[in-house]
Amino acid sequence: MRVPVSWLSEMVDLPAGITVEELDAAFIRLGLEVDAVHRPPVTTGPLVVGRVLEIEELTGFKKPIRYCQVDVGEDAPRGIVCGARNFAVGDLVVAALPGAVLPGDFAIAARTTYDHVSDGMICSVRELGIGEDHAGILVLGQDGYTPGTPAAGVLGLDDVVFDLEVTPDRGYAMSLRGIARDLAAALAVDWRDPAALTPPAWSGEPAWQVTVADPDRCDRFSMVALEGLDPTAPSPWAIRRRLAQCGVRSISLAVDVTNFVMLELGQPMHAFDRDRLTGPIEVRLARAGERLTTLDGVDRALTDDDLLIADGSGPIGLAGVMGGASTEIGDGTTSVLLEAAHWAPTGISRGVRRHKLPSEAAKRFERGTDPEVTVVALARAAALLAEHGGARVVGAPVDLDVRGPRPVIALDAARPGRIAGVAYPVSQVVDVLRAVGATVDADGAQLQVTPPSWRGDLTDPADLVEEVVRSVGLDEIPSVLPSAPPGRGLTERQRRRRSIGRALAEAGYVEAPSYPFLGTTVLDDLGIPAEDERRTLITLRNPLSEEAPALRTTLLPGLLGSLARNLARGQRDVALFEHGSVFPGGLTGTAPVPGVDARPDDATLAALLGAVPVQPWHVGVVLTGHREPRGWWGPGRPADWADAVQAARVVAAAAGVELTVRAGDLAPWHPGRCAELLVGEQVVGHAGELHPRVCAALELPARTCAMELDLDALPPAGVPVGPAISTFPPVRMDAALVVADGHPEALVRDALAAGAGELLEDVHLFDVYTGSSIPAGSRSLAYAFTFRAADRTLTTEEARAAFEAAVAAAASATGATLRA
Amino acid sequence: MSGANDPYDPKQVAALSPEALEAAVDAAVTAFAAAGDLTELAAVRPAHLGDRAPVLLARRELGALPPAARSDAGKRVNAARVAVTEAHASRLAVLEAERDERVLAEERVDVTLPWDRAPRGARHPLTTLTDRIADVFVGMGYEVADGPELEAEWLNFDALNTGPDHPARSLADTFFVAPEDSGLVLRTHTSPVQARTMLERTPPIYVVAPGRVYRTDELDATHTPVFHQVEGLAVDRGLTMAHLRGTLDHLARSLFGADAQTRWRPHFFPFTEPSAEFDVWFPEHRDGPQWVEWGGCGMVNPRVLTACGIDPEVYTGFAFGMGIERALQFRSGVGDMHDIVEGDVRFTTAFGVDQ
Repeated sequence: MRVPVSWLSEMVDLPAGITVEELDAAFIRLGLEVDAVHRPPVTTGPLVVGRVLEIEELTGFKKPIRYCQVDVGEDAPRGIVCGARNFAVGDLVVAALPGAVLPGDFAIAARTTYDHVSDGMICSVRELGIGEDHAGILVLGQDGYTPGTPAAGVLGLDDVVFDLEVTPDRGYAMSLRGIARDLAAALAVDWRDPAALTPPAWSGEPAWQVTVADPDRCDRFSMVALEGLDPTAPSPWAIRRRLAQCGVRSISLAVDVTNFVMLELGQPMHAFDRDRLTGPIEVRLARAGERLTTLDGVDRALTDDDLLIADGSGPIGLAGVMGGASTEIGDGTTSVLLEAAHWAPTGISRGVRRHKLPSEAAKRFERGTDPEVTVVALARAAALLAEHGGARVVGAPVDLDVRGPRPVIALDAARPGRIAGVAYPVSQVVDVLRAVGATVDADGAQLQVTPPSWRGDLTDPADLVEEVVRSVGLDEIPSVLPSAPPGRGLTERQRRRRSIGRALAEAGYVEAPSYPFLGTTVLDDLGIPAEDERRTLITLRNPLSEEAPALRTTLLPGLLGSLARNLARGQRDVALFEHGSVFPGGLTGTAPVPGVDARPDDATLAALLGAVPVQPWHVGVVLTGHREPRGWWGPGRPADWADAVQAARVVAAAAGVELTVRAGDLAPWHPGRCAELLVGEQVVGHAGELHPRVCAALELPARTCAMELDLDALPPAGVPVGPAISTFPPVRMDAALVVADGHPEALVRDALAAGAGELLEDVHLFDVYTGSSIPAGSRSLAYAFTFRAADRTLTTEEARAAFEAAVAAAASATGATLRA
Repeated sequence: MSGANDPYDPKQVAALSPEALEAAVDAAVTAFAAAGDLTELAAVRPAHLGDRAPVLLARRELGALPPAARSDAGKRVNAARVAVTEAHASRLAVLEAERDERVLAEERVDVTLPWDRAPRGARHPLTTLTDRIADVFVGMGYEVADGPELEAEWLNFDALNTGPDHPARSLADTFFVAPEDSGLVLRTHTSPVQARTMLERTPPIYVVAPGRVYRTDELDATHTPVFHQVEGLAVDRGLTMAHLRGTLDHLARSLFGADAQTRWRPHFFPFTEPSAEFDVWFPEHRDGPQWVEWGGCGMVNPRVLTACGIDPEVYTGFAFGMGIERALQFRSGVGDMHDIVEGDVRFTTAFGVDQ
């Protein structure tokens, strides 16, 4: 909502010398956010109102040119050359005289042009910097200003326009009237309500035959008829200037007047060409199959929720949203039917969204207008049309008013103070509510509050509390830290998420959260088969991109996308991780939408919560290039499948669970280089090298590796048990075992550990060897054993016995033999 | 050899004579001094300190002396032995020091060589900043509540006093899940966690809910369709807006320094009343100290309490929410939202593991 200060000052006794900054602060305190403050561009030097006394048409040039004698309030008129033709003798115009500098450093001087000395310039709106119109010069009309008057005030060049953001609860502030009232209260000054006028006592036949079939959505509908409108009468500059300042385009006198009154009083109006109406008007819901071509020329299919204004011809307007083309006023309209109504806000909202028609009128009706002012607004508009267009009201107005009594809200006067933490005296609460416009009956501290007609948003005690707190000022509220009861800190789950993020980062992975949207193309690229559960997608009705309409069921597409972006930007060695929700399994049901008057019953609540799909928390890594960089220390080491498995182990260690690994086969991994990650018998994820075809499809470097694991599938870590630490010396022994291919190393190691018994402290693989000395189809696995007893120094014989038992167990499990 | 009871003249035992011992010591000192390195010193050591060395051989002769003479000669032999040992030790120390100096000099390295052998990782600053904010509240006794990103429409809107015709429910802002009657949306704010918390718990409630939220904005320098908020909720007897202000002031000081403070502007949110937007005074702003818009707050609308089964006549509550991206943008001077969402390692690595 754009608010010219000069217009406000016509209604509010602004304190002398109040600055723009002070007004800005006052608006912010009122909750009217200042989006922008517009000041007209600077003009210096003589700029005055002039009257055109004579026009001499110059011919013989490329275009018709006028040489005008203009009275600029001096002894003699000045001769000014002008290329525009939209003015006549007697018109008042704006003349920039030599010495003036218009916006854009446009200096005016007397100069010879078209064989005449032009002693100044007649200005267009654009040249003055107050609008875009450059079709002709600015004509102020024929009277109202004296030639020679400085034009700055007339044009609003000394004015400031505030652009205020009005929150959706405060429709009344979508008008000068509403803002003036609030501002006057905030500044504690007097104001004049522009709606405080008494409509004339019109009499005669009603303006039209009207019925309202849907009083729930229209509780007041008013009309007045006018005849004798001069369709050629221009809008006066005073109205055009206000519209321009408020960002509204001037169209014709009748339209301009309705817009002007809407800005002034907040009541949108519609003007019908009375001669194009047929039969009685009915306000009703649309019927199946009905259509309406609206003023913007769009032919719209209507639904049975669309409230219409209809006549004998059918729909002629979408109530409160936009009028119809068939009854639009035009260049020849002399007879007008003006309509001003009060519409239920929610119905307007639905219509706006359905037809994507956020008109200025609808913006006001959606937020709630003042039902009290429909006839006042008609009277104001009729007076302006009479004054500037010669129109006269015929007959009596229509005023169908079925409003119920206004609600009365009981308020404990201590309640605002209890909410704010500030002790407001009862008298202050009453004063504030009265300043808002409410009627207040006080019985001690028990108040009966009737909100004013323009505050449809005030329905609950909480609404009144807000008015009191806001009006007295938020700055009055002190700062007091409450003491919460002792908390239990983070949950295990929250702690675990932090730990794994930190552990992966310490391990050299960079966190890269991505948008969780995907499409089937990327699943195809990943080679995920048709029956895979990751293809069971939840899709959005209005996705950002048609290529990615679904929610992710795996972190890999996002991670690989981030990887590709980093590579495209010149990185070579990249290791990324992400952890977050995935959305597998599709929908399980429909979430009910219960009422909000009370807590939903347990069954409804269970259905509601149960319809929200489970959203497991996954962690994933992707890596390519060097895992250990090339440097002065050596050639570095390329990332490989084992790094991906290692990342899973880092995660498991941070989560405090034991992870086991076996060969797996799952897209998008390389079938021979895919590790299945398990906790106990449960598969919790996969890691390894990507399938070569996946790397090719996604244009990733060969041998890119990845890991993904379901964190929510990991069991709780449990409380760790402190091990007994033996201080007796260890015995160390090594063994190289020849094992036939096909036996997983993990199996050999498990057998060794099981066979060695409790004297074994540690066994780990330190070498894998294949070569001529090893039979084909086998490999040599070299292990280092550490034996230690809890209660004594081990003898070599004891250690040797355990070692041999270990080797025997491996032999029996895998056929392993000690390497000669 | 003389007879046992003969009068003794030690000078008759040549090896024990002061001259002989002196000569042996001199020979040893000279030999040690002549050793140019540890190897040479080791080579000459046996001749002067080995089993056959003169001072050790002299010591054996002591037994042959009569008791009267033994003490005197013994002292003399011992002094000679100590002199030889010390001569060796001091030369050894000198030569070892020389060797050490040479070897350590040879082993000198350039310690300014690049050290980043292990690749450096990082957590995303949105994560670390979220944790930091959560920690401030945990320190105040709050608990951290989680909620799903794919959420029931009722919890995202209706329960929060956002009726079916509220503009926020239009297709312009919210991602809706297909089919039309699914009743599910991608949550547009972390506020549904408020509703979940109030449905699950009974007052007193003090929770903070960080998380990812969604709105159908296109990505540009200041907007992203997927972003992060932290929501706070307190429901207790006697809570006021003063408590809300105290809480936000404390958070601001914790994150932005002791001089940070908050300023409120009246605003409208369906789920709080009174409502305000709050700005934070940020002295370290890269464009100079200034007020920065940060979030929204207010007293929980009694209608929300009612919908969640909490008696608004007994309990009051306050709620607040702010954007993490926004906080990151001004706290760390990040000009372009693209950098926050695109996962470029150069951006994230700059923030390290724990900011």
